Amino acid sequence: MKEFDLAVFLVVFQEMLGPLLWILPALAIAGLVSFAAVLLHEGGLVSRRLVRSEIVGVLGGFAALGLMAMVTISGFSDAGGPVDWLLVGLIWGVGLVGATILAYAVQGVFAWKAPHGH
Amino acid sequence: MTNEVPPRDGLIAGLDSPLSRRRMLALSGAGAATLMAVSAPARAAEAPPKVATKAHIVIAGAGAAGLAAAARLAERLDGATITVIDRRKEHYYQPGFTLVAAGLKPQGYVVSTTADYLPRGVTLIEEQVAEFDPVANKVVTDKGRAIRYDFLMVATGLHLDYAAIEGMSTDLIGKDGLGSVYAGPAAAVVTWKEMARFAETGGVGLFGRPATEMKCAGAPLKYTFITDDYLRRNGTRGKSELIYTAQNKGLFSVLIVSEKVRMLFRDRQVKVAYERVMTAIDPGRKIATYKTPTGTAEFKYDFINVVPPMRAPAAVRNSPLRWQEGVWAGDGWMEVEKPTLRHKRFPNVFGIGDVAGVPKGKTAASVKWQVPVAVDHLIASIQGTTSASVYNGYTSCPLITRLGRAMLVEFDYEDNLVPSFPGVIAPLEELWVTWVMKTMALKPTYMSMLRGQA
Ligand SMILES: Cc1cc2nc3c(=O)[nH]c(=O)nc-3n(C[C@H](O)[C@H](O)[C@H](O)COP(=O)(O)OP(=O)(O)OC[C@H]3O[C@@H](n4cnc5c(N)ncnc54)[C@H](O)[C@@H]3O)c2cc1C
Repeated sequence: MKEFDLAVFLVVFQEMLGPLLWILPALAIAGLVSFAAVLLHEGGLVSRRLVRSEIVGVLGGFAALGLMAMVTISGFSDAGGPVDWLLVGLIWGVGLVGATILAYAVQGVFAWKAPHGH
Repeated sequence: MTNEVPPRDGLIAGLDSPLSRRRMLALSGAGAATLMAVSAPARAAEAPPKVATKAHIVIAGAGAAGLAAAARLAERLDGATITVIDRRKEHYYQPGFTLVAAGLKPQGYVVSTTADYLPRGVTLIEEQVAEFDPVANKVVTDKGRAIRYDFLMVATGLHLDYAAIEGMSTDLIGKDGLGSVYAGPAAAVVTWKEMARFAETGGVGLFGRPATEMKCAGAPLKYTFITDDYLRRNGTRGKSELIYTAQNKGLFSVLIVSEKVRMLFRDRQVKVAYERVMTAIDPGRKIATYKTPTGTAEFKYDFINVVPPMRAPAAVRNSPLRWQEGVWAGDGWMEVEKPTLRHKRFPNVFGIGDVAGVPKGKTAASVKWQVPVAVDHLIASIQGTTSASVYNGYTSCPLITRLGRAMLVEFDYEDNLVPSFPGVIAPLEELWVTWVMKTMALKPTYMSMLRGQA
């Protein structure tokens, strides 16, 4: 491997994901921004909502693994070495964190709109 | 094989340097796995200014190598006339054939249209080159059209010589337990049907490879492993016998890989018959005949994956471009310099991809490394300068060892393993991550390569 630059990385991902390449980061940013907005608005974390979001997050982790299994026609049960477990953990982690933040933000935005909610 | 030592270049040194290793480690996990795919090519350094020229460049063959070369030349030259000649309208993503023949992907996964990848300004002539005349700097097509060139890139791939096996014809593929993953997208589909039927009933499965050079030497091994896995999943492995016939005393040209495969075959109870080269097949009686060091041997089969001898296409084989002597003369491979892919006797001619008479590497991964180097040298010739670009023989093969796992095997001209991710993804280890790459990232990387972007 001679050169290993970001351009090749992007090109391959563009080819692999198509428009999803831009939709996924957009979703991530939207989630983060609304999460931050909700935090600022409420001046802190609402712990009950956080717990609920974490439950959604755990499911999100499994959903991410399910998606990978579908795309690769295989599954984490095929993991055969340390790097595989790392990958499984990474995919699960991304799904968990992403779904948690998104779930928290969505609930927050709804609560914001209907201030009697909490 | 010659003993000539190719010049060492920065590729291997670069890989070993702590900096590049750290960079790779930083990108570990899914991202890294995706990227390594067919391994990043030698890219032209930050888009140099276009080279103005009136040169006429002819590219024979619009497969992986021809299209990638056309894209790169069109990108870097201004005013050149670039003509691509290929009769076949469809483009085949051949590394996907194995997945089709494993029942995991549909036929459409490997078929697209050549014209879709043609860079703007490049002319496609939908004919076949019938004659190469490098002395007169021209090619003649099957329609009798003579085309002169200043530079020629030969990227005709190779010829699958089914006729060399007595009794064999591509019409037999998909009938009576006879499969052949190589013959094309439709053959891959019907091979899957035959293999799936075999996996339900069990019986004797026969695998092997030809004695000639071949593309993707791992493919016959992969298909053996995949069939073994399907038999196990169906509970028919116990009443089955899988036999792999090797053309010599090894299972792979790189010794360390050969040994690893031997151990895997032992683990999966695949029997190996060494020094067996298929010479004939009787599809009615389901018997394949092999040449052995002492005579002939016959094997009965219920399912067979026929991998035919491979040679340079007739137009190249019958031309002055072929090796004149040595191991590659017989099958007509092109006589090119190993580090540059430039023809040894006709300096305005390059041979890239499967047709090149160099050791190892008839893979799309090799193409990815060869094309930028050959293009650099061609453009240097146009400019009257020289180029320092070197191809070190890099080739790679994600060797599927069961459904859901593969081993990444990467090596060079000298049989050195050249892992792209040392310390992260171990070579010769059966991993899911390698399978993930094969199914997710390989095709996008290949497609980007066709467009000259990767
Ligand atoms: C079953 C299978 C599995 C594989 N697995 C892998 C893998 O896992 N990884 C990997 O890297 N590689 C793999 N490969 C190998 C890879 O597909 C080839 O090495 C690669 O396609 C070679 O590119 P090429 O341009 O030299 O030849 P090709 O892509 O075959 O293209 C040759 C082109 O030349 C045209 N042509 C032929 N004769 C003439 C003529 N006389 N005039 C004009 N045009 C002509 C043909 O029509 C064709 O379009 C596999 C191949 C097969 C068959």
